[in-house]
Parts: sequence; C-alpha cells; structure tokens
Amino acid sequence: MTATDAEDARTFTVTGQDWDDLTDALKDVKDERIVVNMGPQHPSTHGVLRLILELEGETVTEARAGIGYLHTGIEKNMEYRSWTQGTTFVTRMDYLSPIFNETAYVLGVEKLLGIGAEVPEKADVIRVLLMELNRISSHLVAIATGGMELGALTVMTIGFRERELCLDLFEFITGLRMNHAYIRPGGIAQDVPDDTVARVTEFIELMKKRLEEYAALCNANPIFKGRLEQVGYLDLEGCLALGLTGPILRSTGYPWDLRKAQPYCGYEDYDFEVITWDTCDSYGRFRIRLAEMWESLRIMEQALKRLKDLDGAPVMVADKKIAWPSQLSVGPDGQGNSLDHIRHIMGESMEALIHHFKLVTEGFRVPAGQAYVAIESPRGELGAHVVSDGGTKPYRVHFRDPSFTNLQATSVMSEGGMVADVIVAIASIDPVMGGVDR
Amino acid sequence: MNDQNIGQNSGMFGVEDTGDTSGYGGLTRQHAMPSRTSDVGVQPYGGWFKEIADALAFTEAEAVIHRGELTFHVRRERLLEALQVLRDELRFELCSGVSGVHYPADQGQENVGSELHAVYHLLSMTYNRRVRIETSAPDADPHVPSAVAIYPTLDWHERETYDMFGIVFDGHPGLTRILMPDDWPGHPQRKDYPLGGIPVEYKGATIPPPDTRRSYS
Repeated sequence: MTATDAEDARTFTVTGQDWDDLTDALKDVKDERIVVNMGPQHPSTHGVLRLILELEGETVTEARAGIGYLHTGIEKNMEYRSWTQGTTFVTRMDYLSPIFNETAYVLGVEKLLGIGAEVPEKADVIRVLLMELNRISSHLVAIATGGMELGALTVMTIGFRERELCLDLFEFITGLRMNHAYIRPGGIAQDVPDDTVARVTEFIELMKKRLEEYAALCNANPIFKGRLEQVGYLDLEGCLALGLTGPILRSTGYPWDLRKAQPYCGYEDYDFEVITWDTCDSYGRFRIRLAEMWESLRIMEQALKRLKDLDGAPVMVADKKIAWPSQLSVGPDGQGNSLDHIRHIMGESMEALIHHFKLVTEGFRVPAGQAYVAIESPRGELGAHVVSDGGTKPYRVHFRDPSFTNLQATSVMSEGGMVADVIVAIASIDPVMGGVDR
Repeated sequence: MNDQNIGQNSGMFGVEDTGDTSGYGGLTRQHAMPSRTSDVGVQPYGGWFKEIADALAFTEAEAVIHRGELTFHVRRERLLEALQVLRDELRFELCSGVSGVHYPADQGQENVGSELHAVYHLLSMTYNRRVRIETSAPDADPHVPSAVAIYPTLDWHERETYDMFGIVFDGHPGLTRILMPDDWPGHPQRKDYPLGGIPVEYKGATIPPPDTRRSYS
C-alpha cells in the first residue's frame, strides 16, 4: 500500500492483500467519508467498468460509473467498409450477444434496401434459432458472472459449462464460437450443416435437465435470496425515465418485449410467453433470466420443426445484386473456399463471376435514407440507427446498446445501500462493456 | 422542400482517379435523402402519422415518411417543446437515445448551416408507435438544447453525441466526454476528423488512412 498526502485529501492505493495496512493507516482518521475507485480492472465490476463510490462507512452515498475503457471506434470503422463487412464489426460490439448485433444491423440495412419482405423464410427461421440460442448463452453468462461476483463459484462453473455447449453449437453452425458475421444483409452467410437439427435437439434435451439444476441451486437458496432480494430496486417509472428495457423493465411486472410488441424475423409465428416478475429487484431479474431460457428453448424447438420442412430452401434473397455470393467449405486444413462455388464461377457462369467480383470488392449500394430498427436482445432494446448516403459504405451506423443505457441506473440502484450491494445491482443490470463502449 | 442532396459519385464503379477503366468516367449520380413533405396524412400509414403531425404543427416541423418510418425535422429552438408534447400528450414514454450524424457542407448546398444532426428515437409503449425527431445545428455554432430534463435517459446519450460529434447540449447537467479520454482532441465521428495511417517498420512504409485508400463510393 502507498499513501500520498495532498492539501485536502489523503490518497491510498491498495493493490490487494493489504487491507490490514489500510485499516491501520485509517485508524486515526475521524472523517468516515471515503471515495473509492473500483475498477476498471476488478473481477466484480463485470468487465472494464470503473465505479467511483463515495462511502460513508459501508454505505454508498454516491455511485458513478466511468466507462470508455473498451471503446474501439467500431461505429467509425464501419464507415470505411462495405455494408456486408459491417456485420463483422457489429458482431464484436456486445460480444455476448453477437447474433443480436448482426440481426439488428442487417434488419436496418434490409429496411433501407426495401428487401425486408424478400428475405427467405429459412433465413428468418435460422436467425430466430440462433438468436434464441444466443439468448440462452448470454443469460447463462449473466447468471454465472453474477453468481461469481457474489462468491457463488458453483453458479459460475455450471453457467460456463452450459455456455460452452452453446458455443460449440455456434461453432458447428456458423464456423466460429464468437464474432460470427453469419447474419448478412439479405439472409445468412451459408446454409446450416446437415446435422444441425439433431445436434440442437440434443442440446435442448440436455438443457431441460440442466436448467432445473440452476433452479434447485439458487431459487430458494437463503444466501442467494438474502443477497439478491430488495437489492438494486428500480420501479417502472424509474425504468422508463432512464430508458431501461429488457429483464430490468420486466422485473417491474411490465410485459414489454419487442418480440411480442413489434415482431421481426417472424416472431409473431412462435408461441412463447413474456416473463415478468413484480419485485423490481435483482432476484426478480435473476428469475426472469432463468425463465426466459425455458422460453428460448420452446422457441428453438418450434424453429427446428420449421427447419426440418425447409430442407434445401434458399437462405439468401434471390436478387443476385445483393446476395452474398461467396461460399466456404471445410477443407482438410479446416478452412477453404467451396470448390463447388469456384467451379460455378470459373467454369459455368460468367455472370456469377461478375456478381462475385462486384459484390466482394465493391459491395452493393444502399439507397439514401435512414432507418432505426430495434430488437429484443438479452439485455433489452438493441437499436441500430443506420444512415446511408446512397453509397457502398454505411454513412453512419449508431447502436443504441441496452447495456449502455441500462448502466445509467447504477446510481439510483445502489446509492443508499451497502458496498456489497453495488456488485449485486450491477450484476443484475448485466452490462457488457463491449456493447457499452463500442 | 426539395430533396436534401448529400453527395454524388462519379464513374461506373465509384473509383476515383485511374481505377475506373470502364469508359463511364463521366457518369455522375446524385444521392438525396428522402424528401420532406407537408402532407403526412397520406395512406397507407393510417391516422396516427397525421395525429402526431397535427400535434407538432405549432413547431413548424417538417415530416419525412420513408420505409414506413416517420421523421420530423424540428428547428433546434423548438426541440424541447416538441419533445415535451410528444412525451406528455402523445405518450412517447421511452426515448431510445440520441445519435449524431455529420453531413459536411461540401456535400451539398442544402447542408450549409445544418451540418450536425441530432436524431432522437422515441417509442410510445402505450400505442406501440415509433417516431424520430431530427434537429440540426451548424458547424460554426454546434449548440442544441439538452433534453435530459424531459428524458433523463438522454444523459449519457447526449454525452456520447457531444464526445463523438462536438454537439454541445446546452443545459446538460454535466456535459463531459464519456467514451474518449478527457483530454482527447477533436470529435472522432465527425466526417472531417483526420484519420491516421499506420506506420510499418519496413523501409519506411505506412498503411495509408482508410479515406485515402482506393475505395468505392
């Protein structure tokens, strides 16, 4: 520990394992008011989030969140890449829900192109299937890291155990565990592999057993309830004023879910419930996330049923001036171009070669205009404000990331409470710093 | 009002200088944002577009209907009145945030004096409607009134827009940078923000900034 004396305040720097030194040094200090900088490198702040806490003893009198430590300029970068390449950027924003980022962006581009109705049914079904799989993996991380931050390490280990299964499925279907760039303007990059239905079914059956373990471990656990109940309280008025959506809004009992209210990708054809809770607290948000995973499994089952009937159906719009032409296949080294596609463009169709060349180098032009598309991500309303100047590159893309907006509630949720409750409140917001900072 | 021109590209492939060998180098294409209209009540959008237009008529807002979305361009002096009416009378309870867009003046005469746009996305949960409010400020006087008092959620959103575009939201409780470091010079998302190249340790080579590389517009 090091200490420095300024004119009006003494500053201590603690690095861990030296709390005794700090309490010794503070023995003679009469003033109980302490400002603690927590993070950005701290295991309990849910990523590179910096918390500036003003403490009176153990009570938090003022809490502020400092963000920007993971700002990567994704929105600016996108302005110098083609519309299709944009998906590879947005997928990296909120890295726990990449499929949602891609879908929000792609729906925006499709709206500007005016091809929303032409996207094939199979592409929509696969988008829904992957979004719900992604919702499960994201909620699992929310619950797992939330548990870890409370000290419930078992919740963390089992959460990541199941998430690994989700990532395996993502790798199987899209080729990558994260950062998929699989949803493309006009459809999806490539059809799903042959065994998809069987493997996803297997996963669903397993999850139905595993999700019960979370309920058995946590739902009535007195320590868990003691830490979560009545902590991070925020009612409906507060949520709407601060723009909070997702599980936090639904924990006030208001069943607002964009999948039901403003359906996209064919969500109106699926049978599922909007989960709510009425306690406005962290425990309610935990229960909502747990129950939403069951609903996601239900939606995935329905999507699989549809997928079975859509064998061989197209997954890209028919318009060859928009549809991404390139195809990949797995070679002996684990990567490679599809030989069928190369035979097609090099040997069979000169037009296909032109389309391939034009789209891969130049991309397509999107008519000038702007669109705002919002979808229900695991954290709430994920909006993409897409502006085109009629060129081959996005003129401006802004993501209204729910983590960014929801994190504003840190102060109201934790001021007046204990230091330990700040951690619980933030875990219940479930911010993902990649999405907050973009 | 006429279409708002936001640029043009020339040639067959939008390539500048020697890249375009198509023989169509003289071809130019104008790009314009969707035109503004005063007749909002047009079918097939139903009555509620008109209802909002009537409620906002006192602000002399200009409407754009494009891809089924309704946008109102409001002068910045009337912005707060418009938002207040939308929140209190038309029940747009939730503001999804504000995002900035920079249309530099050299891209079209119409942009002069309104280069910086602040775009507010509003959602009415009661009626399940969305509307967009757009206001603008000139580069020389980048001031827009802060709407934090109406929609507290705009606190961080306005800070981000200030950080990225330099739009000063007058009346914001603490307008500081939020994503970039406090001492960062400039506002990175503006179109005139200089882009850096990347030096490579090989015979003094550099990777040029993206806006000077060969690209298609």
